[in-house]
Amino acid sequence: MERADSLARLLEVTETHSRDEHGDQDWKLILEVNGDLDHFRQEYGKVTAVDVVKFYTIDLNNATSLASSVAYARENARSLRHLISTEMWSQINVMHSRFRDVKNKDIQPRRLAGFCSTIKESCQAHTGITEATLYRDQAYLFYWIGKMVERADQASRLLDVGFRRALKLAHSDDNAGESLSHWTGLLRSVGGYQAYRRTHPIRLRAREVTGFVLTNKSFPRSVMYCLQEAHDDVSKLINEHGVETAHPALQELEVALSQLQNADIQQLVNSDLHEFADTLQQQLITFTQRLAEGCFGLDKQD
Amino acid sequence: MIDLKGLLSTYEQGAYFCELLGLPDGSSVTSKTAATIIKRLDKLNLKALKKRALAAEHELYNLGITFTVYTDSQAIDRILPFDVLPRIISAADFDIIDRGVQQRVAAINAFLKDIYHDQKILKDGVVPKELVLGNENYCKKMEGVEIPGDTYVHICGIDIVRDTDGSFKVLEDNARTPSGVSYVVENRHLMLRTFPDLLKGVGVRRVSDYGLRLYQALAEVAPAGREEDPVVVLLSPGVFNSAYFEHVFLAREMGVPLVEGSDLTAEDGVVYMKTTGGLQRVDVIYRRIGDDFLDPQAFRKDSMLGVSGLFDAYCRGNVTLANAIGTGVADDKAIYAYMPRIIKYYLDEEAILQNVPTHICGEPEGLKYTMDNIDKLVVKPVGEAGGYGVLVGPRATKAELDERRQELKDDPANYIAQPVVGLSVCPTLMSDGIEPRHVDLRPFAVTGKSTWVLPGGLTRVALNKGSLIVNSSQGGGSKDTWVLEK
Repeated sequence: MERADSLARLLEVTETHSRDEHGDQDWKLILEVNGDLDHFRQEYGKVTAVDVVKFYTIDLNNATSLASSVAYARENARSLRHLISTEMWSQINVMHSRFRDVKNKDIQPRRLAGFCSTIKESCQAHTGITEATLYRDQAYLFYWIGKMVERADQASRLLDVGFRRALKLAHSDDNAGESLSHWTGLLRSVGGYQAYRRTHPIRLRAREVTGFVLTNKSFPRSVMYCLQEAHDDVSKLINEHGVETAHPALQELEVALSQLQNADIQQLVNSDLHEFADTLQQQLITFTQRLAEGCFGLDKQD
Repeated sequence: MIDLKGLLSTYEQGAYFCELLGLPDGSSVTSKTAATIIKRLDKLNLKALKKRALAAEHELYNLGITFTVYTDSQAIDRILPFDVLPRIISAADFDIIDRGVQQRVAAINAFLKDIYHDQKILKDGVVPKELVLGNENYCKKMEGVEIPGDTYVHICGIDIVRDTDGSFKVLEDNARTPSGVSYVVENRHLMLRTFPDLLKGVGVRRVSDYGLRLYQALAEVAPAGREEDPVVVLLSPGVFNSAYFEHVFLAREMGVPLVEGSDLTAEDGVVYMKTTGGLQRVDVIYRRIGDDFLDPQAFRKDSMLGVSGLFDAYCRGNVTLANAIGTGVADDKAIYAYMPRIIKYYLDEEAILQNVPTHICGEPEGLKYTMDNIDKLVVKPVGEAGGYGVLVGPRATKAELDERRQELKDDPANYIAQPVVGLSVCPTLMSDGIEPRHVDLRPFAVTGKSTWVLPGGLTRVALNKGSLIVNSSQGGGSKDTWVLEK
């Protein structure tokens, strides 16, 4: 659900931007950042706005599409139905069945923003229902850890996309106005524009925006916030529920957190952001593996 | 008789017993409560009723009260079609069902205990030896195995039909893993939400405590010394099983973990569940997988669903299985024919619920009678479930009759024959209005140290006009079943 939420945000913001002359370039960027370019070319060939949207919305052959994410969420909910609340199950089930009826015409450019909004709203309804109904046991902690890890991962990807786009803008003859609208768009895509304005009433620049999305401690979609939440919950698993086997995962998370705390934002803005995001995403994957090995006895993977 | 002017005015029950109006000649005395319900139904408007039925159907999809059918490319969710007009059972009628089912379950359990120990009933020649010992569901490994409370069949579903004279008859026993109870409870919840006006002030016995009753019964027969707060789990074949919804439902209603074979392990004769905090001992397993798949060490070697060493733990008395292994021999269609004699043998009582007279084609006289009267009989294969392979003589074509005659010649032991029972009907909402459709009833009996029968049961309805086959695979649906308090 978290992935669907983030992807809907990314599509919406890209669609808004691609109305200017950069057009298809922006769509290619999404593919690059998600590492889907090769897969996409195999399936569709040339990168066009229409096909990328299709690829990320209704294409069930793409494991990262909205349709696939919702189908996975529903399948997971179905197999865990005895652990989650009836309300949670029913909402995901209804969302899934509505999604199955989505046709090509529903994702045309003029309808896409509305479509993405609906997805976001459903995902947020899911979060609200979960908050209000899910019993606070180990299952809840695992749920929340997974959500936070996914959100941190997606925030890093959104930032990465935004940055690459900014670089392209910088090389063209853009003006200050466009650059400004670019960073505004990026903040809006993570749902953080207003929060950002409250902390930075004046400046809207690469450095501050990057710092905000990566390390702000109070913004619920920043990487730092998400990792801190995950850290708290893994600690709870160990301390309150006696899941000692979660220690290796906790250590992995602490490495990622300390890198984040010590990151030189100016340095990242100047050159290393993509690499930093990549490393972070890799650390999150390792963390998830350690947690699965420790708590669910899944085989060790190298 | 009640004067029907509205919705039910065009309803014709024909020559059958009607679950709402009674005997075909109109001579039934309707209780005050039933009359209230009939009047309320009669006042409903067809268009509004259809709208509400549609809303109910949507709700079934939304709540995911569905079974999943997997094809090569996709998974399709289906609902069991639900008819909104309830089936009513009077308190007096349910009393017969209740006592009859309890009696039958007691006899089945005594029979299973006997055939896996002293085999007195075989020695006394009441049931032919080869019918039991040569039965493919007879489990030789269970001979001499002691189980708590001598309860073999903890959950039993007995399919009952009603003849034109209003008498109940048992069609078959389900002593392995009878399914469908989730629909009983969910149908009631659905009715409470969509037809509160129909139920208002009518005393209908509740069905919602099934999970609690089942848990209590299973706790009663936990291994010795573990009865106080035992760990009960529900063992499912997994999410791809078409009845997965029911497994989830039961685990939730019982408040027990839902596990798959890979979540359990057996060590030194004890079964454990793997948890994030380590291994936890398991005392009772309500298993929804067949005998063959329970333990690859003891039964089918290729089973991926079971737990290695489970049977060993079971034999040592360290874990209770519900139902026990080897109960399939008791619900065999051939053994069914002997059930009145089995009841008499163990309980020294006459059967409260009669069988449908059954001709065993494996016996020469049974075969001859069936061959001579095939056009008047229902001929069923003994090993099939789900209504497959059932031939209804009076409705069959000449070619179908000839084909079955040949099959009877080739493999007589595979068939039994019964007279056509004029299954009772129930008013049912069809596209053109309210029409009679044939129904049966599967009450569920739960047995720990004693037996409790869920008031009501699953009413299945044959939605195709005139059809006598109520199975969901053959166009059947279900109805909410109201057992009246008085």
